[in-house]
Amino acid sequence: MLPLELHNLRFSAGGHPIIRGISARLEAGPRSIILGPNGAGKSVLMRLCHGLLVPSGGEVIWHGAKGGDPRRRQAMVFQRPVMLRRSALANVIYGLKLAGKSPRECELRAQDVLEVVGLAQQASRPARVLSGGEQQRLALARAWALGPDVLFLDEPTANLDPAATQEIESLINMIHAAGTKIVMTTHNLGQARRLGDEVLFIDRGLLKEQTPIERFFSKPASSEAETFIRGELP
Amino acid sequence: MSGLGEAFAAAWALIAGVEPGLVSIVLLSLQVSLSAVLIASAIALPLGAAIAVGRFPGRQLLIVLLNALMGLPPVVVGLLVYLLLSRAGPLGSLGILFTPSAMVVAQTVLVVPIIAALSRQVIEDAWREYDEQLRSLGASRPSAALTLIWDTRFSLVTIVLAGFGRAAAEVGAVMIVGGNIDGVTRVMTTAIALETSKGDLPLALGLGLVLLALVLLLNALAALIRELATRRYG
Repeated sequence: MLPLELHNLRFSAGGHPIIRGISARLEAGPRSIILGPNGAGKSVLMRLCHGLLVPSGGEVIWHGAKGGDPRRRQAMVFQRPVMLRRSALANVIYGLKLAGKSPRECELRAQDVLEVVGLAQQASRPARVLSGGEQQRLALARAWALGPDVLFLDEPTANLDPAATQEIESLINMIHAAGTKIVMTTHNLGQARRLGDEVLFIDRGLLKEQTPIERFFSKPASSEAETFIRGELP
Repeated sequence: MSGLGEAFAAAWALIAGVEPGLVSIVLLSLQVSLSAVLIASAIALPLGAAIAVGRFPGRQLLIVLLNALMGLPPVVVGLLVYLLLSRAGPLGSLGILFTPSAMVVAQTVLVVPIIAALSRQVIEDAWREYDEQLRSLGASRPSAALTLIWDTRFSLVTIVLAGFGRAAAEVGAVMIVGGNIDGVTRVMTTAIALETSKGDLPLALGLGLVLLALVLLLNALAALIRELATRRYG
């Protein structure tokens, strides 16, 4: 379904422009990290790509969708996972059922992914009583169970401690290795370095640069990115 | 003072002695109000959920109207249902005026706005939290509405019990459409009104105590359900 092309994408809320004309191309393969200061429009850009928000102008084009519904081949993990009031297993099954899988398929697939994210023991526990880290792993499992071509992650570790963050990061890498395109926002530069192959740097609703990760940190093309890196590095 | 004491003593004797007249009145009350609340829930919960997740012109107006209808005076409902069911009325051919069925209809009309308005509020609050997650997983609005009803089920139980309290405690509507016929349509509230005006204070008080105990029991039950659910499901 890739590449994903953004063509002069715009979005305003209440007459206030948030995304002010972004054009970019996301290819299959590299893990794309959307970086930028708070309020730059990272999350909004990702929601536009995923189809949760309707652009005020411009286009989101999935070049490889070939007539299929592109919405069915992407998934998203949010900063704060929303768990349904049912068991961990039932949460994963819920997504699979919406995707039109048979009950038997749902059950098997859900048990598989829980095993992979290390939650097999917790399968029958209510999702909402799991710890924050476990809930985010469950959210990853629920998204990945759908077998998406593209996985969007919106600051997936912003609320987690270092140990839980590390678990999430290694799961993201595993999902990437299994062939899913990763698109992730973060404002954690260390995480961007660890997980990213390329950086899309957003500032005040504009795409300042799209650069391979090494070059972004050694020789950023835009002065905004340079300030950002200097200001944010510990 | 001694009159009041005697009345309480006599009332207690009626309750403790399981006096058949009193029991049949209590049972009819429960039968009418429980039927009304069941029917009202079947209408009002989907209605509340639909308004909560729906986007249509006049939605705000409908919400204001529903909220206002929560304070509908029972005698007015009784009068309207009376006009509908009387021989000359549009539903006169049913011939159910002055039967328990008419009382169920009146109490249903009374309780629908309460359950619909309160469940709309609860489900809309939940929708704000679940919206993006459910749409990301590909849920249509109707399927999201059903998910939300299930996920807010413990709050909805409290709302349904509030509706039951309202139905069991009202006197005006059942008095008008039921007629307070001894052994046919006499319920706790109409009996209390009648016996008080006749001066038979022990029976009135006895029924009053049963009604109070019932309301107390229901509220305790609602609190217990919530408590257990929060502990179990988070």
